[in-house]
Amino acid sequence: MSVQELTSGKLLELYGRMFRIRTVEERLAQVQAAGELPGPVHLYIGQEAVAVGVCAHLSDQDWICSTHRGHGHFLAKSDEIRKLVAEVYGRASGVCGGKGGSMHVADVSKGILGANGIVGGGIALATGAALSAQTRGTRNVAVVFFGDGAANQGVLLESLNVAALWKLPLVLVCENNGFSEFSPTATVTAGEIWKRATPFGIPGEPVDGNDVREVWSAAGEAIERARGGGGATLLEMRTYRLRGHVEAEKSFLAKSYRSDEEVERRREREPLRVALAALRGARIAPDAIAAAEDKERAAVQAAFEYAAAAPWPQPEAAFQHMFA
Amino acid sequence: MAKKRMVQAINEAIAEEMERDPSIIVMGEDVHISPVGDTRGLIERFGAARVRNTPISESVMSGMAVGAAATGLRVICHLFYGNFIYTGFDAIANQAAKLRYMLGGQVKLPILYMAMIGGGRSVAAQHSDSMHPLLMNLGGVKIVMPAAPGDAKGLVKAALRDDNPVFLLQAAGRGGEAGEVPDGDYVIPLGKAEEKRAGDDVTVVALGSMVKPALKACDELAKQGISASLIDPRTVVPMDYDAILGSLRRTGRLVVVDEARKSCSVASEIAATVAERGFHLLKAPIRRVAVEDVAIPYSPVLEKAVIPGHQRIVGAVLEIAGSEGARRHG
Ligand SMILES: Cc1ncc(C[n+]2csc(CCOP(=O)(O)OP(=O)(O)O)c2C)c(N)n1
Repeated sequence: MSVQELTSGKLLELYGRMFRIRTVEERLAQVQAAGELPGPVHLYIGQEAVAVGVCAHLSDQDWICSTHRGHGHFLAKSDEIRKLVAEVYGRASGVCGGKGGSMHVADVSKGILGANGIVGGGIALATGAALSAQTRGTRNVAVVFFGDGAANQGVLLESLNVAALWKLPLVLVCENNGFSEFSPTATVTAGEIWKRATPFGIPGEPVDGNDVREVWSAAGEAIERARGGGGATLLEMRTYRLRGHVEAEKSFLAKSYRSDEEVERRREREPLRVALAALRGARIAPDAIAAAEDKERAAVQAAFEYAAAAPWPQPEAAFQHMFA
Repeated sequence: MAKKRMVQAINEAIAEEMERDPSIIVMGEDVHISPVGDTRGLIERFGAARVRNTPISESVMSGMAVGAAATGLRVICHLFYGNFIYTGFDAIANQAAKLRYMLGGQVKLPILYMAMIGGGRSVAAQHSDSMHPLLMNLGGVKIVMPAAPGDAKGLVKAALRDDNPVFLLQAAGRGGEAGEVPDGDYVIPLGKAEEKRAGDDVTVVALGSMVKPALKACDELAKQGISASLIDPRTVVPMDYDAILGSLRRTGRLVVVDEARKSCSVASEIAATVAERGFHLLKAPIRRVAVEDVAIPYSPVLEKAVIPGHQRIVGAVLEIAGSEGARRHG
């Protein structure tokens, strides 16, 4: 699927979705700092193009598995902004009833098997969802998002092997955002991650993860191949985490692991800026862009108002849902 | 003696032992920057050869620790959150806990696995488990669960001189709590409990994170005229049953408090052992205060419903030692 096939209308739609994620995450940063959230949050700011460019090709019957940095993946595939924010607030009307919180947001009705608190935890789950899609004779696919840090879990090797062997409809999307928690990727990761596909005989490819057009194109091709029975693909999205690993990390870290200048430099090619430039290049009227942004801002504002006022769960709910 | 935070006490013990014993190495994710705080400054002091910042690869870490320990190193393997013990569990259960035994005693495995366990901070089910019962059931690993900085220092030092795999499980989110820490070579032998409060009416045994609410419960009970003996085993394997039974000899009543899920908890194990060895001492049924058999939820409202607080401990004590309970149970 080539970048040329992406219409300007579709590009505006992708931009709107990225803008929505950015707005939610910026707001979460604010309310976290204000002490309104019960637990920690890992924000997706700077990586929006990956979730949006990939999920644009997926239906509600396709599955995704995500990470501890999972709000963006959720919002790229589900429209339930309110339920996501309410979950992060720990409220009864959150998408998991307040049981999961930020690291476990999931909307199964939309094909989202969930964020995950275990680094690499989603890789085997998605491989299983792909096995299910294949065995049930559907044309559905499974996509797993995981970090460069997660790429060092042994389960990646095991999944690549079984997915290649059985030609599973699986797309492995590694988001290389430069850091494995507080360690720069190169200090803990040997070689290039996309090349880990090669010995298994499946396609692997590095992608500019800050350009939603490139993500859309590479993911479209991999997903189409998986749907058609062509098996798995490993994509390494090169991107950059603009916020901390976790909000408020400076309060407990004794030393820094990157410079402010580095972050500012990387901000120059952050995905929203890249997409905006592309929209201008495609002669989309500034008014149309502003209107899309306003719409998203309003929806996000409403979601936060809703969540902050939403009732807490009943304590008895703690004892439900252990068994079906 | 000086007031120090829990993580400082652990850090101090590790640094002193590394100074004393050049065969000690440290490995773990981000141990160089130390978000937990317990390995802070070690890389600057002892160098990158002895302080290894690892990839996120718990299965190889836990197994490397076994291989390195069997061949001459003394290994500190920091697994960060207790739930990541599960990620590295194969080598822990199948190698660390058994290799010496299977090889007929040919190898020693001096390993200190470290992790933070327990909930209470809205980090949800995959970051809040208490897995000391699971580890205890392996048989081949020792477990320490300090509840005070001074104990942490003494137990870490003992663990780093022990020739077996030892787990240091600290209560998550409590690293900042301060307490008196003796200077210099302060070692607490593994398997020695401490009576944190003396009392005659009831024995409360509290593990790790539960010592703090148990202390509060003791204060509250004292106001109601009930004097509780609070035993902190400090080491789960080996367990100091003499201390527990000694206290029970005075009180005749036992409440065990554990942040693990109740089924097969360490509270269950203590209750069973006391029933076997000290049945004649009991004036009332034993009570366990633990987490019901559910995962730990995120929302603070739900989490509070699940993790024992001091009121639940007071309630359990009153059931067997309050005026009503005492009458019913002699
Ligand atoms: C099995 C496991 N080990 C360690 C952690 C702690 N942890 C949470 S996020 C993280 C870093 C993950 O890095 P990466 O996969 O690159 O994702 P990113 O945070 O960059 O999005 C670590 C070490 C964990 N949650 N699970």
